[in-house]
Amino acid sequence: MSSLLMDFEKPLAELEAKINELKNFSSEKGLDLTEEIKTLQTRAEHLKKEIYGNLSPWQRVIIARHPERPGTIDYIKMIFADFMEMHGDRYFGDDRSVVGGIARFHGQPVTVIGHAKGKDTKENLARNFGMAHPEGNRKALRLMEQAEKFGRPVITFVDTKGAYCGIGAEERGQAWAISANLTRMSTLRVPVIAVIIGEGGSGGALAIAVGDHIMMLENAIYSVISPESFASILWKDPGRTQDAVEAMKMTAADLKELGVIDEIVPEPLGGAHKNPEEMARILGKSLEKALSALKKEPIESILENRYKKFRGIGQFVSG
Amino acid sequence: MLKDLFRKPKYVTVHADTVKKDIPEGLLQKCPVCSEILFIKDLDKTLKACTKCGYHFRMGARERINSVVDEGSFVELDAVLESGNPLGFGDYPEKIAEAQKISKLKEAVITGEAAINGNQVVIGVMDPFFIMGSMGSVVGEKVTRAIERAIEKRLPLIIFTASGGARMQEGIISLMQMAKTCGALARLHKAGLLYITVLTDPTTGGVTASFASMADIILAEPGALIGFAGPRVIEQAMKQKLPEGFQTSEFLLEHGFVDMVVPRTQIRDTLVKLLDLHTTGGTDNV
Ligand SMILES: [Zn+2]
Repeated sequence: MSSLLMDFEKPLAELEAKINELKNFSSEKGLDLTEEIKTLQTRAEHLKKEIYGNLSPWQRVIIARHPERPGTIDYIKMIFADFMEMHGDRYFGDDRSVVGGIARFHGQPVTVIGHAKGKDTKENLARNFGMAHPEGNRKALRLMEQAEKFGRPVITFVDTKGAYCGIGAEERGQAWAISANLTRMSTLRVPVIAVIIGEGGSGGALAIAVGDHIMMLENAIYSVISPESFASILWKDPGRTQDAVEAMKMTAADLKELGVIDEIVPEPLGGAHKNPEEMARILGKSLEKALSALKKEPIESILENRYKKFRGIGQFVSG
Repeated sequence: MLKDLFRKPKYVTVHADTVKKDIPEGLLQKCPVCSEILFIKDLDKTLKACTKCGYHFRMGARERINSVVDEGSFVELDAVLESGNPLGFGDYPEKIAEAQKISKLKEAVITGEAAINGNQVVIGVMDPFFIMGSMGSVVGEKVTRAIERAIEKRLPLIIFTASGGARMQEGIISLMQMAKTCGALARLHKAGLLYITVLTDPTTGGVTASFASMADIILAEPGALIGFAGPRVIEQAMKQKLPEGFQTSEFLLEHGFVDMVVPRTQIRDTLVKLLDLHTTGGTDNV
C-alpha cells in the first residue's frame, strides 16, 4: 500500500486500519473476532471496487500525477534488458528530463526514449520535473534517427506536463525543436510505439508521440494544456480545474473515443503505483503484442497508416 | 441565437484594423508604440506601418492577401470549411459564430492559389483577429490541404502565420493538428518543393511549433512576437522579468531561427526574388 494517500481513498484506508486494529486486538487479548473482521473485510472489498471502479476524470488526474507513480526509468528497468543510456543532443547539452538509449525487448534491440521526472526534490530539479528543453527534444530525435539507421523499433514513454517554457528554451528554439520532431517522426522508417504513462501535456508530449500505435495507461491523461491553465484562460477562474478536466476530455477512455489513441492499457486497482511490477507486466504484454503486429507489416504500409492516422484527426463541416 | 443579439462585440480599444473598411470609423489611429496620431489613409499606403516609428499594426487575412498577390489572381480553396465542436464544448459554436460575424471570415486561415509577379503559388494566410488566429481542426485541415495541393500541382507554398496558439475549445484535437500539418510538410519537403513562411505578430504556441517553423525559408515582420510559450507564461515560470526585445523577430534572427526580418512593404518584392531564384536556372541533375 502506498504511503501517500489520495483524498478519495481515505475512507478505504480508515477501514483497513480498523481491520488491522481488530486483528491486533484479537490476537493480543486472545478473543475470537473472526466474524467481525470478515464483515469489515467484505465491506472493504466493496468500498475498494466502489472507489477505484468509478474513478472520476479528476481522480485520474490525481493518480496520473501521483509522486509514486512509476515513470520511464521504472518501466525501462522492469520491461527491458541491457538498457544502455545515451546522452546529449550533439548541439548544446544533455537534457536529463528526457532519458533515452538502447535496450533489448524480448531479445530484440529497440530504442527507448521517455520523459523522466524525479523521485525526490533533488532529482526533480536535475530532471526539470520531466519538462524538456529544446535539447531534450533534439536528443530524442537524434536517438530516433539512430534507431532508423540500425532498423531498431522505437518505443517512447510520455510523462510530462509539457515542454519547458523558459528564457533558455525560447533562445534555443523550443518551437523549432518540436516541429522538427513532429515532421521527422512522421517519416521515420521503423515502427514507433508511444505510450502515455502519466501526464501527456501539450507539444512536449506530442514531440515524442507521433507513432504507429499510441497507447495510454488507464489513468494517464493527455491534453493540449493543463486543466489549471485551461480554466484560467477560458473561464478566468483557476478554481474550476475539475470542470476543465471534464470539459477537455483528457482521460484514456475519452481519447480512445475521439480516435486519438489506439489502446488503453489497464492498471492495477487503484493505479499503477499500487503495484508497479504488475503494471510493468501488463504494459510489457501490450508492447509485445503491438510490436509483433507492426513487425509483420511492410514499412511502406506502416508509414502510410501513420500518415493517415494523424491526417484524419479533426472535426469540421462544409457549411 | 437570441443570446447573440444582446451580446456586444468585445472591443476594448477599437483598432482600425479590427474593423472592416465598409464599417464607418474614425479617420485617425494612434500608434501604440510612439503614440503618433496617424491618418488611416496614410496607414493604407504603408500597409499599416506607422509612418513615424515603423510599428506594424496587425493585418487581417483578406487585406494581407491583397497586399501580396497579383491583382485578381487569388482563387480561394476550401472556403466552405467550418469548425465542428469535437469536444461538445459549452459556448464554442456561439464563439465561432461571433468571430465569423465580426471578421466576415469562416475561420482563422484563408487558403488558395494565386500568382505573385506571375509565379503561381499555393498560399495560406492566417488572421490574427479570428479567435486570436488559434489553430483548431479547420486551420489544421485547410493548411494540410494547401500543402497537399502544392505537392499535387508541384507549386511553391507560402504561408503567413499569425496565431495565439491552439484552439483551446478543441482540446486534444487542436494539438493533433500540429502532427497533421507536419506530416504533410514532410511529404512536401520530400517532393523537393519550396516552402516559405512569413511570421507575423503574433506567432506563438502550436503554430510556431508546427508548420510555421518547418519552412525552407523563414521571413518575419519587424517587431513581431514570435515564440513557443507566451511571455506571461514564461514570466510566471521563471519568476523574473523578461529581457528587452525577448521573442521579437529581431531576437529570433539573432538566435538563428529566422532568415530575414523584412518590413511589410518589402515582403512582396522579397517573395518575388525568392520565387524567381527557385524557378529559373536550377539544375535537375544535382
Ligand atoms: Zn509609431
